[in-house]
Amino acid sequence: MTIDLANQIVTGLLTGLVYSLMALGLSVIFGVVRVVNFAHGEMTALAMYAAWMLFTWLELDPLVGLPLIALLLFALGYVMQRGLIDAFVAKPEHMQFILLVAVAIIMVNFSLLVFGPDAHGIQVPYGFDTYEVGPLLVDKVRLLAASAALAISGLLMLFFRRTMTGKAIRACADNLVGARVIGLNVKQLYAVTFGIGSACVGAAGALLSLLIDVMPSSGPELTMLAFIIVIVGGLGSMGGALLGGMLIGVSEVLAGYFLMPSMKGMFSFAILILILVLRPQGLMGARK
Amino acid sequence: MSGHSSPMVNRRGFLAAGVAGAAILGLRAPARAAQPLKIGLLLPLSGGLAREGQSCKRGADVTPALLADMGMPVQLMVADTETSIDTARTRAEKLIADGAQVLIGAFDSAHTLAVAQVCEQRGVPLVINIAAAPNITEQGFKTVFRNFPTAPKLVTEGLALMKDVFKTTGTTPTKAVFLHNNDTFGTAMAGAVNKLFPTLDMPFPLVETIAYDGAARDLAVEVGKAKATGADLVLLVPHGDDCIRIIREMVKQRFEPKAVVSPGSPGMYEAQFYKTLGKYSDYCMTNLPWINPKTAMSQALLKAFSKAYPDALFEMNIGYTFEAILIAADAARRAGSNDPKAILAALPATNIAEHVMIGGPIVFDAKGQNTNTRSATIQNFGGKPLVVLPSDVAEAKPVFPAPGWQQRG
Repeated sequence: MTIDLANQIVTGLLTGLVYSLMALGLSVIFGVVRVVNFAHGEMTALAMYAAWMLFTWLELDPLVGLPLIALLLFALGYVMQRGLIDAFVAKPEHMQFILLVAVAIIMVNFSLLVFGPDAHGIQVPYGFDTYEVGPLLVDKVRLLAASAALAISGLLMLFFRRTMTGKAIRACADNLVGARVIGLNVKQLYAVTFGIGSACVGAAGALLSLLIDVMPSSGPELTMLAFIIVIVGGLGSMGGALLGGMLIGVSEVLAGYFLMPSMKGMFSFAILILILVLRPQGLMGARK
Repeated sequence: MSGHSSPMVNRRGFLAAGVAGAAILGLRAPARAAQPLKIGLLLPLSGGLAREGQSCKRGADVTPALLADMGMPVQLMVADTETSIDTARTRAEKLIADGAQVLIGAFDSAHTLAVAQVCEQRGVPLVINIAAAPNITEQGFKTVFRNFPTAPKLVTEGLALMKDVFKTTGTTPTKAVFLHNNDTFGTAMAGAVNKLFPTLDMPFPLVETIAYDGAARDLAVEVGKAKATGADLVLLVPHGDDCIRIIREMVKQRFEPKAVVSPGSPGMYEAQFYKTLGKYSDYCMTNLPWINPKTAMSQALLKAFSKAYPDALFEMNIGYTFEAILIAADAARRAGSNDPKAILAALPATNIAEHVMIGGPIVFDAKGQNTNTRSATIQNFGGKPLVVLPSDVAEAKPVFPAPGWQQRG
């Protein structure tokens, strides 16, 4: 019983780390550009479709195709920010909301038109393998995906702390007027930030394609998941996104194990409500 | 692809069988109108149940030519329910508005119930190809006729066949865990299992019932919970490709029961299951109504099907969809009219002895339920389903316990 439970907790943690990477993108974009990307899950689904196409047509493992997918999503995010969202940055939040919901709907219908309504999954040759770690059985696919997610998250944090571009982006987030006064190109930095957030989504999508099937309806579901994670962790907090992802991953497992598996999803929403009531800024969010 | 090895019957043979059947059927029937019967076929051709719906449609596609040979011309009007109850209802309305004289469908119980309500309001007959929820024929509908067993019957026969498997192989499991999809079909099946299990003197206890959401992103915790029970038999009621995720997790978590057995549900005999899981799909058992590999009509259907779809699997969905169209065409033929009211009047007297599924003649009771359906045990071997029980129609012997996941070549 204890070993089985421990196995499930490890599974939840590993899956949660991949969710974290996806939510990290949302958190980065909001933290800097102050726009909530309501098309976040739909972009993740597009990345999953890209991984599926690369695997089906070129037999390219999603882990190998990940940099290319991340690059494609970076370009998509960059262009979206420069060409579309930038004009709405200073507009009221409800206008931003409508714009990005419209983008999300277009993406869902584009997926439906191009890929059809059916689920597409990737079955890599090592898809059934597990590692024995003491008494624990660790799913190889999940371990690889979670390791990659953790590594990418670490690189992202290093980028923001150690590079000039990263510091400039943080300056925009901390003090927009000051950033303008010292001559930073805010529009360009916003576009780079949206691109980086989207690249996170691309990487997360490639990794998620190893774990779950993708279909057009996956998009809204993943958007909701990303929102739950960042709200629980703290909107705009990178560490919060990581913590939120792992918390949701493990809580779903515990709810499924101790209560009813069909209550897994409901439990995530219960945690969301609890956090909103007790700590609205999220576990690691700064109180305004 | 085919799972059957009986001698092939050509179209002429089918015609002879059909004419013989039709002669029996038609003794008291007036001449049929020359116009083809317009049949509205409702199936989930997209969405979560798309694979099953497409499979049914492949069966429907080859049927009109075969029925035309029997002097029963039909014209199919196919509509996609999109695996949605609301869409099923609106498509049913549209098919009737477009002139459908009989509706057939709709694979999913909840969709079928929605369609049944439309048919009842409009006075158009509904012949159900596949849908197991018992309440469909328990609501007093006058226009509904189901040629598919109810969930309790599926479960009763499915559990009885399990006992036969244990008896035949000389091995009995010690305890079982029951996993089921929590949709309408899965819940109906679970209700039937939990109600009937204690009454059937099964040689093993059911230690836990685990309901899961078929649309869940992954099913690791469900399988982990099942493994923790220590059960050596898994009773599984999936509905769609959730069984792929379940088996995948069982392999990963090294959960090795003696067998995975479905007491009557789709999933483990479908092409996608074999394609995705490969060797891990083998030895899974499903107890459900199946095509009788030994009748002339099923062989003719197999021949036509294999010609049209050489790479598709010939399975239950095809047989039941063919039979549903046969039932509607037969009723119109006996009525001598394509008028829905005349067909409705003829349907209760249906008595089709020559057909393709295992079981007795197709007849309907006062509720519109065919009580002569009969389940078989099919087991997967080398990526295809073979009948292993009952022995009079078996194509192979059952293998129980199944070899471990890592012991498969």
